[in-house]
Amino acid sequence: MTQMTYAEAIRDGMRMEMRRDPRVVLYGEDVGMFGGCFGVTAGLLDEFGPERVFDTPISETAIVGSAVGAAAVGLRPIAEIMFVDFMGVCMDEILNQAAKMRYMFGGKARLPMVVRTPCGAGQSAAAQHSQSLEAWFTHIPGLKVVMPSTPADAKGLIEAAIRDDNPVIYIEHKQLLTLVGDVPEGEYVVPLGKADVKREGSDVTIVAWSWMVQKALAAAESLAKEGISAEVLDPRTLVPLDKEAILKSVGKTNKLVIVHEAVKTGGYGAEIAALVCEEGFDLLDAPIKRVTAPDTPIPFSPVLEEAYLPSEEKIIKAVHDLF
Amino acid sequence: MKLSKEQLLGFYKTMTTIRAFELKAAELFAAGKLPGFVHLYAGEEAVATGVCANLEQKDYITSTHRGHGHLIAKGGKIDLMMAELFGRSTGYCKGKGGSMHIADVDLGILGANGIVGAGQPIATGAALACKLLKNGAVVVCFFGDGASNRGTFHESLNMASIWKLPVVFVAENNMWGISNYQKNHMNVADIADRAAAYGIPGVAVDGNDVIAVYEAAAEAVKRARSGDGPSLIECKTWRHRGHFEGDPAIYKDPKEQEAWLKKDPIPRLADKIIELKYATRAELDKIEADAQAEIESAVKFAEASPLPAPEDVFTDVYAE
Repeated sequence: MTQMTYAEAIRDGMRMEMRRDPRVVLYGEDVGMFGGCFGVTAGLLDEFGPERVFDTPISETAIVGSAVGAAAVGLRPIAEIMFVDFMGVCMDEILNQAAKMRYMFGGKARLPMVVRTPCGAGQSAAAQHSQSLEAWFTHIPGLKVVMPSTPADAKGLIEAAIRDDNPVIYIEHKQLLTLVGDVPEGEYVVPLGKADVKREGSDVTIVAWSWMVQKALAAAESLAKEGISAEVLDPRTLVPLDKEAILKSVGKTNKLVIVHEAVKTGGYGAEIAALVCEEGFDLLDAPIKRVTAPDTPIPFSPVLEEAYLPSEEKIIKAVHDLF
Repeated sequence: MKLSKEQLLGFYKTMTTIRAFELKAAELFAAGKLPGFVHLYAGEEAVATGVCANLEQKDYITSTHRGHGHLIAKGGKIDLMMAELFGRSTGYCKGKGGSMHIADVDLGILGANGIVGAGQPIATGAALACKLLKNGAVVVCFFGDGASNRGTFHESLNMASIWKLPVVFVAENNMWGISNYQKNHMNVADIADRAAAYGIPGVAVDGNDVIAVYEAAAEAVKRARSGDGPSLIECKTWRHRGHFEGDPAIYKDPKEQEAWLKKDPIPRLADKIIELKYATRAELDKIEADAQAEIESAVKFAEASPLPAPEDVFTDVYAE
């Protein structure tokens, strides 16, 4: 184990895979000498050279579309899209090309590609640089969707994503980039589709992902002081989803709160709520609660953004409503 | 450039096979035997044939919704294509793709595509892979005049040009973006002029003259293979039929249609071959009859093939 930040952990995971497999290349806007808009790729150009780490024009469509073509022909590209908010620009390449090529071709194509992109609010970046759009990608069969919440998971999941033979949308949270934690050294793979209990508890299950795991852990700590034992379950990957782990936890606590930073309507929390209603209705002793952002664009002013974001207090209130 | 007898007869075989495939598909569609949408390439055969004659099996192409001709010219198997049109489990895509999604990655066919312009970035990425993997292959991207108006065109040609990628962009200008005439959807007469914006060669050729297409593509493929980067070739041609089968094409001027039918690339090539004394009319008729027989045999194969099992809907979503 070694201590590193979430950003360093993503970089370390990419480094391990690039050392392991010469077909892995990394490209996107300003990922080379500049080191990425958030510094995640810093130093990789020096280690791997300009044939494997390179800058692109501001052309999201061609970045993702070319990754599709490159993957079909034998590379294992990691394409970086500077903000998840920009995925609208290249959505056809995600929706109609990457996700569907294998199926449309009757299973005769492999697309080992990763699109890495940062999400999330909390920095007054306003409505076009702060969103959490993971639900879009979960609604497209053929994609896998990964959202790590800790430095160790960030490393283990990027390595798993790079080794996967399917298109993976790897969404890293801007607020987590500086989070420090223990990370295994050397190659480290966290399998896609395995949830992780980040804190064990017996009275209520809080399912959360990405930055919201950290908020849920803080809430659980406060709840413990008043005698409520909250279990925090992080699915880590939304597709594939570890349904068993969610049902198992709800089976233990009989209460469920789902926390996500994305807006409420059509959010992935609704899918998890539906899962528990369909397959675990008898496990519930209380209605399912969701703590999410409201159905508005993301505001700029810090006071407005704070009102917008799910918080430790909002999670605690949702839990209190169940008791 | 002097083309051999074998080359020209090969072109004739490919072009008549494409034409026979397309007219048979039209007949089958009209008879209600083919589900879905069908977009036919009749009239544009010289483009795919002249371009793909410069390619090797290791080379790649991206195709379009009007893709049958590209696939046949790149070596696609006729019976598997026909079975796919019928939605059979023996088809190229096991009945999961249909006419608009036929692919054969082993033959370098990276797919027809239902999204106009989507092949341009895919071809760019394939060329990036060819360059980085140093496999010596080149990529040809087929697309139409309509697709040259997509943002994908600009982003892809720009990216391919800065990285000197081994890709040839082939604009098949059949003068119609569905029902929209070229002069109504772009302010330039020659799509080839757009190459100047990327600092790459751009050339417009008679797309109904397979020899002219072959020669232009030969130069562009050579340039790509030698590491000098991409080119844009515009092939001016004409779609004989509507945008899709069932489109009566009321937007076409009948006189213009008639004039273009007189420039049909297949009789033009036949005349050239006879003029060069490479074959007699009877020998060409034999090639055409053989092509027709191959198509009939593919229809028999398709009709005799099993349908997919309903549970097949669930497979092939993810690679294991």
